[in-house]
Amino acid sequence: MTQVIDRSGFVQDTWSGTLLPFEAFWTGQDIPETGVGVIFEADSDPFDLQPWFERLEIVVIPFGSSADGRGFSLARQLRQLGFTGRIRARGHLLVDQFRAALRVGIDELEISDEHAARMTEDQWTSVPLPQTSYQKMLNAA
Amino acid sequence: MYSYSNFDADFVRSRVEEFKGQVARRLDGSLTEDEFKPLRLMNGLYLQLHAYMLRVAIPYGTLNGAQMHQLAYIADTWDKGYGHFTTRQNIQFNWPKLQDVPAILDALADVSMHAIQTSGNCIRNVTADHFAGAAADEIEDPRPTAELIRQWSTDHPEFAYLPRKFKVAVTGAPHDRAVTKAHDIGLRMVRNDAGEPGYEVVIGGGLGRTPMVGKVVRDFLPRADLLAYLEAILQVYNLSGRRDNKYKARIKILVHETGLEELKAKIEAVFARNQTLLEPVDAGIVARIAADFAEPTWVRKPVVDLPTDVGFRAWFDTNTAAHKNPDYAIVTVSTKAIGATPGDVTSAQMRVLADLGEQYSHDELRISHEQNVILPHVHKSDLPAVYASLKAAGLGTSNIGLISDIIACPGMDYCALATARSIPVAQEISNAFEDLAVQHDIGELKIKISGCINACGHHHVGHIGILGLDKAGVESYQITLGGDGTETTTIGERAGPGFAYDEIVPAVERLVEAYLGLREDETETFLAAYRRVGMAPFKSALYPEVVANAA
Repeated sequence: MTQVIDRSGFVQDTWSGTLLPFEAFWTGQDIPETGVGVIFEADSDPFDLQPWFERLEIVVIPFGSSADGRGFSLARQLRQLGFTGRIRARGHLLVDQFRAALRVGIDELEISDEHAARMTEDQWTSVPLPQTSYQKMLNAA
Repeated sequence: MYSYSNFDADFVRSRVEEFKGQVARRLDGSLTEDEFKPLRLMNGLYLQLHAYMLRVAIPYGTLNGAQMHQLAYIADTWDKGYGHFTTRQNIQFNWPKLQDVPAILDALADVSMHAIQTSGNCIRNVTADHFAGAAADEIEDPRPTAELIRQWSTDHPEFAYLPRKFKVAVTGAPHDRAVTKAHDIGLRMVRNDAGEPGYEVVIGGGLGRTPMVGKVVRDFLPRADLLAYLEAILQVYNLSGRRDNKYKARIKILVHETGLEELKAKIEAVFARNQTLLEPVDAGIVARIAADFAEPTWVRKPVVDLPTDVGFRAWFDTNTAAHKNPDYAIVTVSTKAIGATPGDVTSAQMRVLADLGEQYSHDELRISHEQNVILPHVHKSDLPAVYASLKAAGLGTSNIGLISDIIACPGMDYCALATARSIPVAQEISNAFEDLAVQHDIGELKIKISGCINACGHHHVGHIGILGLDKAGVESYQITLGGDGTETTTIGERAGPGFAYDEIVPAVERLVEAYLGLREDETETFLAAYRRVGMAPFKSALYPEVVANAA
């Protein structure tokens, strides 16, 4: 089983629907009208997903290892391209990457129970989430 | 000089607190060693052969007297009374204890310093021309650009887990003293035909096991577009750089395998989109940074006649460079006394340097990638006093640019990656040419030594490069010739089979002898002579037995 984490800490998984691999959209398989999400692998191109933005409730980005930072760029690109739905990072992410994940537009993480037992809720909720950052200040309008 | 904003100060302090928490979580088992490693690396903490090593950032090599004093204090309090200036303009402390590291980071924060992003697969401490803001040949001070990049790259949420480390260098002068073409991104400040300021952008340079000279990806980038363009390069690299093999993960391999044109098209596409999405960089911040790097108020006083004694003259000729204010000089302080460890400076010497910087150099010091210390703004009338103090502190060696001004990585004396010793080779070459008069006669000659193929000692761009390898348990030193790290960057050519530890210094001596025999006159440097005659005569000097056997 897994544990979902958002800004408030450990939470129930509130999303239920049909989660499809990206190929399903590409090949035009019957896609439900509502309640649909995509598993978007790190080697995919966010531009390719843009036509489906309106229909997607959630994009799940798998993180194979905490050292693989591609998901941070993917999430940020999705936001830059205008995706406003939920973005979930699934896999091996550390407490120390939580702040960066939220800052690039990831809403929530999904980690294994084993992982959650070691990195307890208090560690996640004590991550400081400052209002500002160098990047925000530089591009402040 | 840049002064910390409240945000900078709070940020650095909060990172110290965060690191304290990470150390605690490592100790209580919440973090595995594998998970802790990238976190400590991102805070500059390495595990070396004998101990931890803390690498402290000196952004673009600029620091003031108070900061240098604090480095001396740290060396005395938590280390063995010295520090090591590196080829990336940083300082390394070689003997800190893990439990002391948070206190050291606090002491650094007290003087607006830190160790953030000096390691790890992130955008590293940005480097710049060590003569920035002082050099007579400069178009523009590169440090405001470097500082802007420091802010942009610090804690960037998207680029903290790149395929591999990422290094950026900036120069504002046509003569490249910052080795920009051997960086992941090299920026050269230029003007276009209309006279507007911008950058020539070079990507994919690097040394290491696959040395490559960087390639121009944009010949003119308007200044205002800098960060949007850097974001584009980094985003393309983060998503497309190889992650399957750490030896093929640098952007230079991506450039090589993808081809410059295709990669450029990708970068430009992302850049075009970034331009519509990113707000322009806050003009207030840019203006504040620029104001911090305004020229000092130059002292107007007559330039006295300088001493004519041989010692002072030799030092003046080799260790000072032309300043943009003709009443001033740039002083390069050699950390390479005969037989010394290149880059090592004791706490007592740091204090002398700090005081000299405060008293005679408008409170500014620089660290060069050649591991020396610069007093960038010294009035010529003060040179005799500066020289006297340096000499008394063992810092008066007149060898800048000469054969004993050697770059050497820490090598097997410290480094966990090293395959051979570097420091003792540098020391023995220095001892072999201990007569400074002989060194002056040999003239400009850059020897650079790396103790492994990662090339921290920049051997590929040494006029004479030395690479120490391990050959079946025995140190073996390979020689490369003709390397150059300036605007005419060239990767040196391998001369032939390696030399044993006790053969390498005699081999260097034979090279020098050959050069002295074949140069046209004393104005022809080693590099110029090599370019004229090629490898052959040097090869016969290096391998006389082969020549003898063939005869």
